[in-house]
Amino acid sequence: MTALIEYREVRVDGDDGPIVAGFSASVPASRLTVMVGPSGAGKTTLLRLLNRLDDPDGGSVLYAGRDVRSYDVLDLRRRIQLVGQVPVTFPGTVAGNLLLALPAAGDGGGGDVAGWLARVGLDPGLATREADRLSVGEAQRMCLARSLALAPEVLALDEPTSALDTASKAGVVRLIRALADSGLTVVMVTHDPAHADVADHVVRVEPYSPDRRP
Amino acid sequence: MTAVAAVAVVADVGSGSGFGGPVSFADVGLALVLVAVALVVSWRRRVGLESDLAVATARSFVQLLAIGYILDFVFRDHGAFTVVVLAVMIGSAALTSAGRAAGVPGARPIAAAAIAAAAGGTLGVLLALRIVHASPRVVIPLGSMIISSAMNTTSLVMSRLRQDLAVSRREVEARLSLGQPSREAARPWQRLALRTGMLPTIDQTKVVGLVSLPGAMTGMILAGASPLAAIRLQLLVMYMLLGGNAFAALVSGELTLRRLFTPDHQLIRTLRRTPP
Repeated sequence: MTALIEYREVRVDGDDGPIVAGFSASVPASRLTVMVGPSGAGKTTLLRLLNRLDDPDGGSVLYAGRDVRSYDVLDLRRRIQLVGQVPVTFPGTVAGNLLLALPAAGDGGGGDVAGWLARVGLDPGLATREADRLSVGEAQRMCLARSLALAPEVLALDEPTSALDTASKAGVVRLIRALADSGLTVVMVTHDPAHADVADHVVRVEPYSPDRRP
Repeated sequence: MTAVAAVAVVADVGSGSGFGGPVSFADVGLALVLVAVALVVSWRRRVGLESDLAVATARSFVQLLAIGYILDFVFRDHGAFTVVVLAVMIGSAALTSAGRAAGVPGARPIAAAAIAAAAGGTLGVLLALRIVHASPRVVIPLGSMIISSAMNTTSLVMSRLRQDLAVSRREVEARLSLGQPSREAARPWQRLALRTGMLPTIDQTKVVGLVSLPGAMTGMILAGASPLAAIRLQLLVMYMLLGGNAFAALVSGELTLRRLFTPDHQLIRTLRRTPP
């Protein structure tokens, strides 16, 4: 398996000491990688390093063999789409939310709103609904659709099921699996070890301990 | 009476006919009775503001006495010091404004730039259009009004923008994650901050004459000027403050935004570490 993303001896400092230290791992292309670990282990921080919402204080993160800091950051963020733990909807309709980022991707046109909604299992009829009236599960899927609209190379998901009920969780996990099967590189962070079952590749993230790590 | 002449009348309030004669230091001393009333109220009701009242009274006396002598000096053929007086005012206002913008890196230079832009831009327009004369007696009082108002605007814009970006970190970072540049990602909150900074002056302008008779107009009427002359000056002042505050809001909003993001379109570390 070719590594698309590599963490090399990464250290991220918090206010009270390292959040992550000496972390190394690789993420293969076109697979579903699950990064699993307990709360507070720094999983979200590791994900934020991918699209440079944060930068490491030590070590490096490589994307396609190059340090992420060598890319144009806005281009990198469009290529590596990060979807947060809590779905964020912007004022306006679902369609407006999906089209929000398109000018940044160089697409001044309308876009296939119905197609994106269908891809994440949402009724295309939701396009005209105000985004803040969606259920949490629908909003989470809409956020996925918004990211997919940018045709990313990597989808980085931060605890994508944590805010959902049991029925919605299973549906979102199936959706994520299907996205990976379609050839998209997916990195999912979770505290739930059961999600490792659907992964092609599992990375375990342990909390930083001064005794264990430098 | 032109607006310029009206300003001169305000400045000449020491011999104003509205008081039936000059206000002497003895008169000022007698007015301390009113401060004593405030002290007694604070003491009897255990409000605990006695020392604040004493400090405020002493400071106002010393500061106004000092500025009175300074202005007297500048007005007597030392007009070159006008710039120095305005610079000191801008510096003091910037320090005060920055003190209210905790967590904004570089708050002092931001405030200084915004307030200076307000004073320079507004006075520049007034002088360029020959609405006022380039005289210390005119420029300093008008400048002080602009600076004081711009100080409040700048404080509001800086603190509001910082606070909103911290509270809305999740939304801001969601926009950044979609590839939006920081300026675009923060635009909704920048807009809110500008509104917050500019609205008090706009509201004040809307109700002027209905709710209050503002300072410049009141001063002129007390000095014996006709109300019609007073309103012309007041209108000039209100429009001047609207313009000045727009300058201050624009500059402080822009500079604050730049300091709350890194060049790589990340929120600065202290905002990133704030739990959303």
